Amino acid sequence: MKQIILFDFPREESRHPIVNDLIKIYDLSVNILRASIDFNARGFLLAEIEGEEEVIEKAMEHAKKCNVITNYVESAILIDEEECVNCGACTAVCVVDALYLDEKATLQFDTDKCLDCKLCVTACPVRAIRDVL
Amino acid sequence: MGISKTYQEINERIKSGEAVVVTAEEIIKIVEEKGIKQATKEVDVVTTATFGPMCSSGAFLNFGHSDPAMRMEKIRLNNVEAYGGLAAVDTYIGATQESESEGYEYGGAHVIYDLIDGKDINLTAKAKGTDCYPRKEINTYINIETINEAYLYNPRNCYQNYAAAINTSNKRLFTYMGVLNPNSSVVTYSTSGQLSPLLNDPLYRTIGVGTRIFIGGTTGYVSWRGTQFKSGVTRDNNNLPKVPAGTLALIGDLKAMSTKYIKPAVFEKYGTSMYIGVGIPIPVLDEDIMRQLAIKDEEIMTSIFDYSVQEGPKPILGEVSYKELRSGKIRVNGKEVKTAPLSSLKKAREIAEELKTWIKSGEFLLQEPIETFPTDNTLNGLNSTKKGAK
Repeated sequence: MKQIILFDFPREESRHPIVNDLIKIYDLSVNILRASIDFNARGFLLAEIEGEEEVIEKAMEHAKKCNVITNYVESAILIDEEECVNCGACTAVCVVDALYLDEKATLQFDTDKCLDCKLCVTACPVRAIRDVL
Repeated sequence: MGISKTYQEINERIKSGEAVVVTAEEIIKIVEEKGIKQATKEVDVVTTATFGPMCSSGAFLNFGHSDPAMRMEKIRLNNVEAYGGLAAVDTYIGATQESESEGYEYGGAHVIYDLIDGKDINLTAKAKGTDCYPRKEINTYINIETINEAYLYNPRNCYQNYAAAINTSNKRLFTYMGVLNPNSSVVTYSTSGQLSPLLNDPLYRTIGVGTRIFIGGTTGYVSWRGTQFKSGVTRDNNNLPKVPAGTLALIGDLKAMSTKYIKPAVFEKYGTSMYIGVGIPIPVLDEDIMRQLAIKDEEIMTSIFDYSVQEGPKPILGEVSYKELRSGKIRVNGKEVKTAPLSSLKKAREIAEELKTWIKSGEFLLQEPIETFPTDNTLNGLNSTKKGAK
């Protein structure tokens, strides 16, 4: 299977050769789509990973052990649920209602409806929505 | 004879752990089931809350004196300007002040958030140097532990109702009411509605100078009426204004606050602002107070203002209830328009629940206002005039 994954490197882990591990230890095919990793700064790596599903899962567990946060990417945006305050400001610009507040006033995101317009990225006041693709 | 309770009686019940405390949403159902009279008898305190962006926010800080001492004049915190016109090492950092290197993506609100978060903040300051304060420059790091006083001071918060915003022009607008798509395609609004403090005490009977409140996760106080306090507006039969009216000035200890209830906000092409969690308890002193507390979103109206009009008063395109706004769609001039909030109802609910827990546990007592607010205050505009002109 093919899976797009966003790796988040905390500042103190930016020197870890994670891609090397994915290829050498797990024999995965790694296609780097975008990356920004600087020495001693928070960084990210967006990659399309190809391999057996179980192997990818194991590799992701390995990444987590190395303090690298992994996010499976299914749309052009990624919502950080820790940062989101569920205000609803993003829903104002979402013309297809992919972003909406449910009856508990909690933000929901329907990836199937999303048109990848990314207007929500700039509309989010707490910068909890990231443009990943 | 009607039912009446005093602050003392209610506080005694809180201390003994017997007080009945519910949120301003829960009270609606109680009144529907039991009626005003019985609800007044049974319930002692109702908690209200809000979690909205408020630009008129900031914090007073005292850095402590360096050796040799310095009277700081040009002050920067993480490259965000803080006010240098107070005493030697006092400052006020305003939420909307933008970073000189990063612009509005990092502003005063972010500095305040990072302080609460315990992070080290770069402090640079310059001064001309005096005989009593010889030092002319400093470049150092501070954090919430190293500084002396740190208190949040909100010149204005808790707007009693606020405008709903629409954009009738054919250009997308970037405003403090969020991104407004063109051609009347969205209406944004900012309130916790039936849970909002001043919509539950519209004539300021229990919310006044000295009222003890929840602010940013700790105890604080109403210190004064807020700026642009406009109580003298037309009100409906429930005493509710349909336009922005009363406001509150709030104070609380930054050192005891939590990043859970304070969040920096960035409004695209507008600037930095700050979300502040506020909770205010309302004592059920009599049936009149209960009648106000029982008011629901469908009875609270606001006005839709056209934000594309930049000069002169913004035209009002209609009135709408908060129940309609919360439904996600309303009709404006016959057209179906999407609606979106800016203030977090979910967070407001969390705060109302948290404050309820504090009161029930006996650790938070109610403070009767030392002074109440006027109900007939009006506002002045600002004219551009020449000196001496009338």
